[in-house]
Amino acid sequence: MSEAQDYKYIGQRTIRPDGYDKVTGRANYAADLALPNMIWGKVLRSPHAHAKIKSIDTSAAEAHPDVFAVATHADIPNQRNPGALNILAKDKALYHGHAVAAVAARTEQAAEEALGLIKVDYEVLTPVMNLDDAMAPNAPLIHDQLFTNGLPEKPSKPSNVASRMEMSKGDIEAGFKEADIVIEREFRTPTVHQGYIEPHACTVRYDADGQSMIWCSTQGHFDVRGSTANMLNIEHSKLKVIASEIGGGFGGKTTVYIEPVAMILSRKSGRPVKIQMDRDEVFKGSGPASATRNKVKIGARKDGTITAMEAHLYYESGAFPGAAPLGPGCMTIFTPYDVENQYVEGFDVVVNKPKVAAYRAPGAPQSEFACEMVINELADELGIDPIDFRLKNAAKEDTQTLYGPKLKAVGLVECLEAAKSSPHYQSALEQGVGRGVAAGFWFNIGGVSSVIINMNPDGTGTVLEGSPDIGGSRASMQMMAAEELQLPIETFTTIIPDTAHLAHNDTTGGSRTTFATGMAVIEAAADVVRQFKERAAAVWNVTPEQVQWTDGVAINANGEDKMTAAEICANAGRTGGQITGRGNINARGAGPSFGVHIADIKVDRETGKADVVRYTAIQDAGKAIHPSYVEGQYQGGAAQGIGWSMNEEYIYNKDGLLENPGFLDYRIPLASDLPMIETIIVEVPNSFHPYGVRGVGETGIIPPLAACGTAVSKSIGIRMTELPLSPPRILKAIQEAS
Amino acid sequence: MVSVVYEAPDSIQDAVKLLATSKVKANVLAGGTDLLVQMRGQHEPRLIVDVKKIASMMAANVSADGVALGPAVPSAELSARDDIKAIFPGLVEAAYLIGSTQVQGRCSVGGNLCNSSPAADTIPALIANRAQCVIEGPDGERTVAVEDFVTGVQRNCMTKGELLTMIKLPQPAPRTSDAYLRFIPRTEMDIAVAGAGVSITLGEDGTCTDARVAIGAVAVTALLVPEAAAALIGSKLDDAALQAAADAASAASKPITDRRGTIEYRKHVVGVLVKRAAKIAAERAGG
Repeated sequence: MSEAQDYKYIGQRTIRPDGYDKVTGRANYAADLALPNMIWGKVLRSPHAHAKIKSIDTSAAEAHPDVFAVATHADIPNQRNPGALNILAKDKALYHGHAVAAVAARTEQAAEEALGLIKVDYEVLTPVMNLDDAMAPNAPLIHDQLFTNGLPEKPSKPSNVASRMEMSKGDIEAGFKEADIVIEREFRTPTVHQGYIEPHACTVRYDADGQSMIWCSTQGHFDVRGSTANMLNIEHSKLKVIASEIGGGFGGKTTVYIEPVAMILSRKSGRPVKIQMDRDEVFKGSGPASATRNKVKIGARKDGTITAMEAHLYYESGAFPGAAPLGPGCMTIFTPYDVENQYVEGFDVVVNKPKVAAYRAPGAPQSEFACEMVINELADELGIDPIDFRLKNAAKEDTQTLYGPKLKAVGLVECLEAAKSSPHYQSALEQGVGRGVAAGFWFNIGGVSSVIINMNPDGTGTVLEGSPDIGGSRASMQMMAAEELQLPIETFTTIIPDTAHLAHNDTTGGSRTTFATGMAVIEAAADVVRQFKERAAAVWNVTPEQVQWTDGVAINANGEDKMTAAEICANAGRTGGQITGRGNINARGAGPSFGVHIADIKVDRETGKADVVRYTAIQDAGKAIHPSYVEGQYQGGAAQGIGWSMNEEYIYNKDGLLENPGFLDYRIPLASDLPMIETIIVEVPNSFHPYGVRGVGETGIIPPLAACGTAVSKSIGIRMTELPLSPPRILKAIQEAS
Repeated sequence: MVSVVYEAPDSIQDAVKLLATSKVKANVLAGGTDLLVQMRGQHEPRLIVDVKKIASMMAANVSADGVALGPAVPSAELSARDDIKAIFPGLVEAAYLIGSTQVQGRCSVGGNLCNSSPAADTIPALIANRAQCVIEGPDGERTVAVEDFVTGVQRNCMTKGELLTMIKLPQPAPRTSDAYLRFIPRTEMDIAVAGAGVSITLGEDGTCTDARVAIGAVAVTALLVPEAAAALIGSKLDDAALQAAADAASAASKPITDRRGTIEYRKHVVGVLVKRAAKIAAERAGG
């Protein structure tokens, strides 16, 4: 329905509602709240990557005159909470920067001094810093009782391999027999961080009457409430979480680190407590993305038909088993291809690094990188244009996925066609420049969203939604409410109230907000329309069915009567009370978003430095509610993916200590490092959403890895297999080849 | 109670007196772009002597003798001085590479020198241009060549009470120019993995009659590499001569492996930079 429909409000490039606050500096971020009598919390972090904690002596810190409270793992009330061991370590410090204890003191300086007074007796153990070492025979064990899950038989000995999973369809061996050409390659990707600009911070208050409050920067304040309440045995009704304005998250703010610690310190001290991570702590103590080692084997016939695809994936989970986004890695890798015979095996492996967290399309960039690199090599070997090769094998409506469902209408073919006819792909390549293309797939999710629209006596409306806005969703919600109610966009203000004002909302993640929370807004707006009709009908003494809502006005189908929203709202008190629309839903049918990127890269052969000289991101949005924000998501995803490809990596020394916990040496791309990223919005509507919306936030980070990997490989004439493609790595490859 | 005392004298003599007689740690403040960062988290008593009120520290004068550069002249001001850029374009470019646009308004060549980082961008450019440091202290004035000024990682030859009061850049011979290049993995806002400053003098027929080559970020201090200069002098800066200079620079370098680069990589790249900087300097000298 959406394809032919003309929209009045969505699809416009309106001024962003959060712009004024952010530009003027008035926006309040996580670190901006101070309360009367507030004290400062600081976290003591492990100086070792792997060590037994024999004892912690906090007495000297407690005796410090300015210290109000000290916390260790023993202070966590619910010891069975699965995240508690990462909040404060118990018997073992499992990575450099693992939180071991915390203090709250009158000043930041006093808190820091007090940290120095805590005596931790460590027995330093050999760190396990990568997949090869973790899986080596006789590797030191990070967890004594970790037995690999998912093997046909329970293993007799513990290991660092937490779990194994496999998925298959068709007959993989038969598929390879049909192939004229088979290519098998192994790829590696490094540990990378989301690189959000705003560090984690929170201000927390636990009152004597048991009421409590958290102010923090998060992608999901309801989940902050859920996990903190569970860890500390607090009822949800007694814990109010306020989501501050957020300075970036990208998946990294979907979990708690300091919030439960601050709550423990506040409960012990009776004072509000503020904890602010510095950048060093963010890199060491939050959750980066998995480093991986992935082997991919693909067979094709001479005519370009792919006959079999096989992958073996190894994902680092950090120090805690099961954290790696292995499932999504396995599920997404081959989805762009309509190929009958597929097999994927995956392993989740623990290492002495921080527990990995979500990062934009968690798990997909690493596995799809490996697949797309082999696809490009196959295209070259077969002498077929890489876009044509993909078009010949592209997933489309009714393609059976490896992971379960058949695809509904999707936009991969349309993206490939748009890429092929784009000015970028049509342009000639300069000498020494390599070009790479790659596709990307991400499922997107739906989930639980709860929205209220309060209509005010003057006819304006306030949209209350529970999805912290990390990508412009407040604007989209405002526009969708306007569309459904046929009232000007400025009629509505969108706010994200605290957890006490709305029923539970799932976290902003999985590119779900514009899709799922948007549907809840539409439902709440429809609820308002229904009530508008009822109120007008009561005044006109007709049935609600006899009232039409057209262009923002109630019309009596039986006569000439008209009533505006402002008139109905002004009169609401006399026709049954004020009007509130409600949309509490569990959204199903998230439409996946496919994307295709094109990268042109020129390598300086004497220094190994690679410059991205032109870049285009093409992606299916279903329906772009606010095209500028959609383009912003494409560009942001591309920028992060380029960073992942070219220069970003956690660098550890031989003792397992992180050497680059800062933006000086953890090199995310600067604006000057990137060309203007060109975008093309493809719109193949998602049949499950009233306007056809698909989530767009994550797919854009997937294709850059193989697009850049291929472009560099073409520029230097050497197939690269390991990220990042930093100057020393490229130069070494050039020197070894000559 | 920890106290930081701030003084802003208007003469060299007063500044030296303050520095020499301080009972607590004393720091000179020019732009403060290094100092203020270094003070973060430090809670000891200290004396800060701001030298920006001293006219000579903030002035840059061009004369027949060359350029007398006040150590605290901000990079942004230097970049705007076409008269200095005409003589030492490489040095001005090196100063321009420090920090962001905001930092450029504060940071200075003297500050860069006194901070004495192995990766300081202006130091190889100063050495290539035969710059001299004028130092005033309780015992009077002395002059030290820039290549002898820095003595180690964040160490230099100045003792308690001494102040860098002037950087003297002698007027180069006719048909002389310079260039500075650094390698970083991104485009800006980074620390040199390797750097090279080169000054070239050309004869009428285009033969290189004099050269100075200095390299940075590949040893504990920036190094003057006479062997690299020797490889260039007498040549027409053909590929063989440039490669010989590059090889000499690689051989003279003593880098370490750290998060910014490996020994092998730095040794190689510093040679590439010398070659490229020599070419640019020669083009400028000829034109």
